[in-house]
Amino acid sequence: MTAILEAAGLSKHFPARRGLFGADRGVVRAVDDISFTIESGKTLGVVGESGCGKTTTAKLVLGLETPTGGAIRFDGRDLAGLDAAGRRHYRKSVQAVFQDPFASLSPRMRISAIIAEPLITNETVTASEVRRRVLELLDLVGLPERSADLFPHEFSGGQRQRIAIARALAVSPRLVVLDEPVSALDVSIRAQILNLLRDLQDRLGLSYLFIAHDLAAVAHMSHEIVVMYLGKIVESGDARTLAHHPKHPYTEALFSAALPSHPQERREEVVLAGEVPSPLNPPSGCRFHPRCPKVMRHCGQEAPALTRVEGRMVACHLYGTRVHA
Amino acid sequence: MTVQKLLSLENLSTHYVSQQGTRVVRAVDDVTLSLNAGESLGIVGESGSGKTTLALTILRLLPPAARIIGGRMLFEGEDLRQKSDTEMRRVRGKRIAMILQDPMASLNPLFSIGDQVGEPIRVHEGASRASAWQRAVDLLKSVRIPAPETRVTQYPHEMSGGMRQRIVGAIGISCGPRLLIADEPTTSLDLTIQAQYLDLLRDLQRKHGLALIFITHNLGIVAKMCNQLAVMYAGHVVEQGPVARIFNTPAHPYTKALLGSLPRMSDNRERLTAIEGQPPDLSSLPPGCSFAPRCPAAFARCSAEAPPEFTLGDGHTARCWLAAPAAEAQPATARSGVA
Repeated sequence: MTAILEAAGLSKHFPARRGLFGADRGVVRAVDDISFTIESGKTLGVVGESGCGKTTTAKLVLGLETPTGGAIRFDGRDLAGLDAAGRRHYRKSVQAVFQDPFASLSPRMRISAIIAEPLITNETVTASEVRRRVLELLDLVGLPERSADLFPHEFSGGQRQRIAIARALAVSPRLVVLDEPVSALDVSIRAQILNLLRDLQDRLGLSYLFIAHDLAAVAHMSHEIVVMYLGKIVESGDARTLAHHPKHPYTEALFSAALPSHPQERREEVVLAGEVPSPLNPPSGCRFHPRCPKVMRHCGQEAPALTRVEGRMVACHLYGTRVHA
Repeated sequence: MTVQKLLSLENLSTHYVSQQGTRVVRAVDDVTLSLNAGESLGIVGESGSGKTTLALTILRLLPPAARIIGGRMLFEGEDLRQKSDTEMRRVRGKRIAMILQDPMASLNPLFSIGDQVGEPIRVHEGASRASAWQRAVDLLKSVRIPAPETRVTQYPHEMSGGMRQRIVGAIGISCGPRLLIADEPTTSLDLTIQAQYLDLLRDLQRKHGLALIFITHNLGIVAKMCNQLAVMYAGHVVEQGPVARIFNTPAHPYTKALLGSLPRMSDNRERLTAIEGQPPDLSSLPPGCSFAPRCPAAFARCSAEAPPEFTLGDGHTARCWLAAPAAEAQPATARSGVA
């Protein structure tokens, strides 16, 4: 397996300013020293609740934010070291599909113009070539040819999301960041889009970074999963292993909080007390310790490192090598 | 009828009529449903299936363009349709309460939590401000808000989303209603907070013998919380019955497809059954069954004639010709389907 994208020790800290004169009051560690790998042709799912840093991670991968620490390597090359041409090439290779297809398509542009825009800005192509590519892309995402001359308001949510996918694919990217791609869609349409994304991955060999709060959808779509909590990775590994045998108490709670798919499905329920603390002032030691049902004495003092446990990485003192006092 | 139902809707229809009267949207069409005290009913449907209009119809909180054009709504034996506006005001918040999706929109930013939680008690029970305030503290405690004595003096912006939704819940149960209608109560909440909230609702239901109506697009919530299920499509209840029965043996192709389209934890990377096409436009519904154009099992009769509700036993009904008794399609009840 070859890695298409690698993040090593990636961090993004935002300065937090408050008050009229913007006095510096520390930093928000939105993403704090995380490492992950996206394999070529595979899907990496990122799960976590609001404030865990998953959207910041997506922005870092898309080059919309500059990391304050660590590095992203694409095809083995460090993004920070790229020249202008290299950056242009990277932007072409990594595209995105966002949550709300009502907000992500300009209401004043025809579908053909929307899909052609990345093509025209990134490549030198003739008008007839552009038209041919647009029709090809529409066909690829399962929309009729005549869609090209219509406007976004003439389409339903699911169809708009297909248009957004066609636009993302226009410049033949190798990695597509999918940020909650089905959360805004109707239930009966979600399966259509998830199936389409899977078909496209098989046909075009795409890699996906799939971000969603719907755990079943992430488990369904991903080969590997990363679980984040307050800017840190708490567990990562094979999707199936993680979904069925979570090790970290947070992953356990998260998967047990996911809704059952059948009323007779009985699971152990772990209901967490409290809420996610502010990332401006995260708890000491393991950031999960104030809510953890299995908290131990030293959890509040020492942050656990990611260690390999039964085929996945876990950051928890329960599995650490540390000798228990 | 031996046991009196808490709520029973009979052939209820609510339509939206445009100003010129040229466009009619049949948001709720010929809906018959019932609910016993202490039960929980999940109403599942996609956007535009009429589930929220149904809830607003029960509370008579419809926008001016909507008309309840037929049917009865019996609540504890009284027809809510016959009540005057003044009488309705004594039902809302007191006997039937509702929780909306967005807790920030349902709380007033200018009033303290104590005032807002105590308001229904003062309005419905004529309690003094001081005693309502005291009750508010107790209510916050019962929805598991830590340090309720300080929280009552605070304002909505000082609370997190999960806490706000619990406060809305506290307002809901403040006057001891018999029925609580929750319209997508957890969509804006994070997973672990959603689990906390559902746990709390189940607890309140047990403690107070509340009946719950859950309006949601999420079949998982129904699987977890409800014992009765009604599936809505294009204004109709296309299938209803006990939750376990419908999950095990769904009768309507729409319900089947909906259940099949859910990604599951266990079937990693298997193909989902997608429902082709789009939900229909309610102002120009196809003749016959509204689901027929998307239905994998449709046959000639489906696009010609709308199926009535057929009973399948044990309270399980489906509006589908496939559910018709083998002899010939005999409508389950005397009412005929809207052709």
